[in-house]
Amino acid sequence: MSLSPSDDIALSEIGPAGPRPQAVGRELVGRSPGQLAWTRLRRDRTAMISGTVLAVLFIVAVAAPLIERLYGVGPQQQFQDALDSYGMPLGYSGGITGAHWFGLEPGLGRDIFIRMVYGLRTSLFVAVVAAVVTTLIGVAAGVLAGYLGGWIDAVIGWVTDFALAMPFLIVALAFVPTVALRFYGQREAEPALFRVAVIIVVFAIFGWTSAARLVRGQIVSLREREFVEAAQASGVGLAHMLFRQLLPNIWAPILVSFSLAVPSYVTNEAVLSFLGVGVVDPTPDFGAMIFRSINYLQTDPAYVFFPGVTIFVLVLAFNLFGDSLRDALDPKSSR
Amino acid sequence: MTLQERPLDRDAPGGTPVRQREPGPVAEPLLTVEGLTRHFPVRDRLGPRSIVRAVDGVDFDVRPGETLGLVGESGCGKTTTGRMIVRLLEPTAGRIRFDGRDITHTRGRALRPLRRELQIIFQDPYSSLNPRHTIGKIVGIPLQVNGVRPEGGIKRRVQELLEVVGLNPEHYNRYPHEFSGGQRQRVGIARALALRPRLIVADEPVSALDVSIQAQVVNLLRQLQRELGLAFLFIAHDLAVVRHFSHRVAVMYLGRIVEIGARDDIYRRPRHPYTRALLSAVPDVDRPGGATGRIRLAGDPASPADPPSGCRFRTRCWKARDICATEEPTLSPREGGTQLTACHFPETEPPQ
Repeated sequence: MSLSPSDDIALSEIGPAGPRPQAVGRELVGRSPGQLAWTRLRRDRTAMISGTVLAVLFIVAVAAPLIERLYGVGPQQQFQDALDSYGMPLGYSGGITGAHWFGLEPGLGRDIFIRMVYGLRTSLFVAVVAAVVTTLIGVAAGVLAGYLGGWIDAVIGWVTDFALAMPFLIVALAFVPTVALRFYGQREAEPALFRVAVIIVVFAIFGWTSAARLVRGQIVSLREREFVEAAQASGVGLAHMLFRQLLPNIWAPILVSFSLAVPSYVTNEAVLSFLGVGVVDPTPDFGAMIFRSINYLQTDPAYVFFPGVTIFVLVLAFNLFGDSLRDALDPKSSR
Repeated sequence: MTLQERPLDRDAPGGTPVRQREPGPVAEPLLTVEGLTRHFPVRDRLGPRSIVRAVDGVDFDVRPGETLGLVGESGCGKTTTGRMIVRLLEPTAGRIRFDGRDITHTRGRALRPLRRELQIIFQDPYSSLNPRHTIGKIVGIPLQVNGVRPEGGIKRRVQELLEVVGLNPEHYNRYPHEFSGGQRQRVGIARALALRPRLIVADEPVSALDVSIQAQVVNLLRQLQRELGLAFLFIAHDLAVVRHFSHRVAVMYLGRIVEIGARDDIYRRPRHPYTRALLSAVPDVDRPGGATGRIRLAGDPASPADPPSGCRFRTRCWKARDICATEEPTLSPREGGTQLTACHFPETEPPQ
């Protein structure tokens, strides 16, 4: 056996450059870890089903105005003539007809289907924006704390602990109405977007901590790997180190935490609306709809059914998809 | 500089050392290390702060085109020394001079030109390559961040480098997970070569590899040394590999160099009891089984947080006397030998 490297090259799978025909070059293309994860995700049936459900819900949310035009009914339109003298919808199961697919709201007589379409839009908008903002803040804080260490790590750790120690609901109950009052007073009508922005800010204040902790832990363990030292020895700068060397290695857990954060913001947003500090009435919203429907639980159970089931399906699909994503990105983690 | 592959010599593999062109003894040292020290503060939750003296006053030099082997058991400070020389760790005390310049405390921007001349090869080929980068990118990053614009573009230069280390340049776009350990280590070598350094610190470059692959990688390093005139600080605990590759050898124990000299002096006529014990532990194919004159050292090395007074090896040395506890032996030539030995009672007889 010869131990000189040239023999090894000629014999082994890494054949010499020259004689290998270009035709087989196609199968030689390297697959990146991302491509491998995508292949695994494609094979996962749960991921495909939940992903399809999410895609449909997202398309519905984005295309809400188009659906309104096709459906022919607006979210604020009232159909008092379809209600009886007590304000209850006429007909069976909450007034389901060909014109009103999911029936009508008792009292105001608004169409439930189109309000849910717009409610989905509000819900997903708040949840996705809040998840993006919190993930960005969390990643920035976590990367800096993990890589630089020292007093920066200590300060960020302290702020994280502080944010975690605050009781979310109590602060939200106090914060949202106070801010609304501060900017718009008692009688002024506040624009819907303002409320949405305030809710996102509340989520951002509290939500970044888990991402920060996750990212910090990942960075601390990566920092000990030799490729970080190799990059230092090549003289790379801080930005290159963080964005080119470290972040590409942790986008998998970041993506998973993002996809699991969205459903938690969907429910949290619904909770805030349910408690009356979230999105306020004419704006369609799941939480507000469920809150209103509670009063009619005995007389019109169909009213609570559709928003309840939809929010359940939405959150379940997100969670299942997040789990599948984790399995695909990190196949070594056990189920 | 020629980078095309030349036919490789068919030196006897493994054990038998091969005579290499010795660099001229008058050559100015490329790297000089004086009294290099690194202490790590260890903070216990409740206990007092203690200091681990990982490296405690190390002197040596490396001449251009020469390989200095640095051997010693785990935890003796070999790796810390290497990390300080390539400035990944800040020395606590001492001086590092490279090519006449004092680089002990060079920082930030001033470090850039130095990075080009001083590179490092890492021990673990599985953690030293970023799994998210293609090997082309891994080898190209040193060029990119140092603003090197080679003729024909970075990609061509990277492919040249891959060819030099014996990899298929068409695998430019592959990811590290598609390569074997030996191939990955070649990628690490190509990365270290990218900036055309003059000194490479090889931190146990073959100890994570299969034995047959070790010989290939060591031969590759030797070939590169001959063709590119590289100097190596070759850190290893495998004495056979060091003997195969080094011109001179330094033996470390507990943060100090106990013996340093030409390879043949160290291997044939070791003077320090520790060197002798280390060498006696090398398995010998000619004498399988027992009765090899193996010196068994009692106990573990002392803690670098609390090194023994005087000679650090005295707690495990069979020749230790009172003077060893009170007076630290200097690293100096002892009678009957050309190498420098830090021992009050150096061995005189060659080992049997």
